[in-house]
Amino acid sequence: MSDAGPLRVCALYPDLMNIYADRGNLLMLQRRCEWRGIGFELNGVGIGEELDADAADLYYMGGGQDRDQELCASDLVEHKRSALAAAAQRGAVIFGVCGGYQLLGHAYQVGDAELPGVGLLDVRTVRSDGPRLIGNVAITVDLPGASDQVLAGFENHAGRTHIGPGAAPLGRVLRGHGNNGADQREGAFSGSVLGTYLHGPLLPKNAWFADWLISTALGGIALPPLEDALEDQAHADARRAAGV
Amino acid sequence: MTLLGTKIRVARTVGRAVRATGRGGGTSLPGRVLLRLAPQAISELSARLAHGSAVISATNGKTTTAGITATVLRLAGHELVHNRAGANMEGGVASTLLSAARAGGGIAGDMGLFEVDEFWLGPVTQQVAPKAMLLGNLFRDQLDRYGELETIASRWADVVAGLPGTTALVLNADDPLIADLGRTHQDVTYFGVDDNELALPEMQHASDSKHCRRCGAPYVYDVIYLGHLGHYHCAQCGRERPQPSVRAEHITLHGTSAATFMLVTPSGRRSVLLRLPGLYNVYNALAATALCLALEVPLDVIVAGLEAAQAAFGRAETVQVADTSLQLLLIKNPAGANEVMRTLTLEADELELLTILNDNVADGRDVSWVWDADFELLAPHVRHITCSGTRAAELAVRFKYAGVPESALTVVPDLAQALDLALARAGQGRLFALPTYTALLALRAELSARGHVPSYWETAA
Repeated sequence: MSDAGPLRVCALYPDLMNIYADRGNLLMLQRRCEWRGIGFELNGVGIGEELDADAADLYYMGGGQDRDQELCASDLVEHKRSALAAAAQRGAVIFGVCGGYQLLGHAYQVGDAELPGVGLLDVRTVRSDGPRLIGNVAITVDLPGASDQVLAGFENHAGRTHIGPGAAPLGRVLRGHGNNGADQREGAFSGSVLGTYLHGPLLPKNAWFADWLISTALGGIALPPLEDALEDQAHADARRAAGV
Repeated sequence: MTLLGTKIRVARTVGRAVRATGRGGGTSLPGRVLLRLAPQAISELSARLAHGSAVISATNGKTTTAGITATVLRLAGHELVHNRAGANMEGGVASTLLSAARAGGGIAGDMGLFEVDEFWLGPVTQQVAPKAMLLGNLFRDQLDRYGELETIASRWADVVAGLPGTTALVLNADDPLIADLGRTHQDVTYFGVDDNELALPEMQHASDSKHCRRCGAPYVYDVIYLGHLGHYHCAQCGRERPQPSVRAEHITLHGTSAATFMLVTPSGRRSVLLRLPGLYNVYNALAATALCLALEVPLDVIVAGLEAAQAAFGRAETVQVADTSLQLLLIKNPAGANEVMRTLTLEADELELLTILNDNVADGRDVSWVWDADFELLAPHVRHITCSGTRAAELAVRFKYAGVPESALTVVPDLAQALDLALARAGQGRLFALPTYTALLALRAELSARGHVPSYWETAA
């Protein structure tokens, strides 16, 4: 048994914000902790439930159908915003994927309506009348302790996201659309808060990033390597699918 | 020679030319050419069918349900114009009508039977003006192509709203998204399962439409059979599962080979032996029964058809390859894959598997769905899995994280090599192949090249 951990993960709205098999990400985190003897605890919080700012090392929010995302947006602001902000303040990792990424920003403008966000990332999203941005995508990432690494996955979003001065892009688009199809930026991060449009199960295609999240959430501990031949091949296939 | 007749000849010539290149069946291209030349062709040709047409759509089970229905309707004496090859978009329907068209305004058939892609239901329905429409289920599927489930449900609601009240609508009572479509329609037949023995202990991961279409409150499920199919009601607005008039009771599943059940209909009760496996095929049989009743086929003819029905192309179809009995089980989305896996776990022996994950356009470029399917179900039953296809490694990763030991996984992206390995491993035993859609076509082509099965456009002719 390792001295580190356990890794305590809190999934936000696991029943609603899970449209692209987001549970694949949670399963990656779980197994990669278990195989290293690091404990793993998973809790979910749903609509109307209060969030405990001290109860998790990593908060995860995936993507949802439009109607479900609307339900979650207002609940997030009403019941969870201050706790999430406090968690981010003490260095917990907050990771939003696709719709979850949009809700970590200031707002998501859909026509005349505006879905509120929690404002933990200095980004704004506007739903475009143009085509959805769909396809394989690869980005090169510069994160603390992970420079020039590649994330490969799939994106499918109608929103165009623009980053303000208070956040940095998660990565630079090598192939694909990224935040808005225009500025070659993808995702955003600020401290320990991260968001990306690489949706659903991106961690199975990017085992290194699963480990980066585990390590960062546990205070930057070093993780012993795992036998990753299959994971490396899946990563190579995802890159090839994106054309990188 | 009519003007349409000339255009038909041109489109046929193109079809023959494509087929001669050996690049596939050319099942939808001649139809697409015809529609370019004669945009009203589907409407004009289907109007020649003396007994009208029936249209079938669903996320899962379209091809099998249409196959069962075809068996019944033929026994009832109909000569069908039926798109059997799964060419189920506008071009495929047009191609099917094209090959049946005869000179002088004739057509080789008295009834049309068309399975239609979810996305194309509106345009095809408008042109075919069906006498009956069967809508079987809606599951999460290829989000990169179809978009969100709610979007398709809304689109289908528009299609139903555009039907004349006299069109017989056949709906799955157990799928809340589908059942809701019948709310205001005049002529509706509902089908569903009534057997608590088959209830699942909990909702599967990929389940959708868990919230009331009317008021948004979560549905309360008293019983769940498959995905989000079951007995449900809304505690807030009172919407509930409609009482189906066509039902299956006392269901027994016999591994990967068959199912038996008591079929209950307004015309009487019959015990049925279905030579297709799994609860999902019981649903397909119920759907076909309800559709055929709506088309006024006598119950005894329907039951004879159900019992004579055989597996559709690649849907639980068994092929003998030398000493190995190879069963092909198409998987293309989480709900369908879960049912295939649930059926496989009924087998007593440890499983030798060939799983093939492709990411071509017809499969969905996005392979995320494999993380929604409950491969954990299969893990304890696996002897060995050969993973193949363009995304073979991701599938192997999925199995690894589902609990299959790495020593039981082999990644062989090339299909022919993977087939050789899997057959050699299976020897005189059984091999189960789980391909995605284009992988099924490729596997079928490989088996055909080796002389084990006819090519798919021949079986579809």
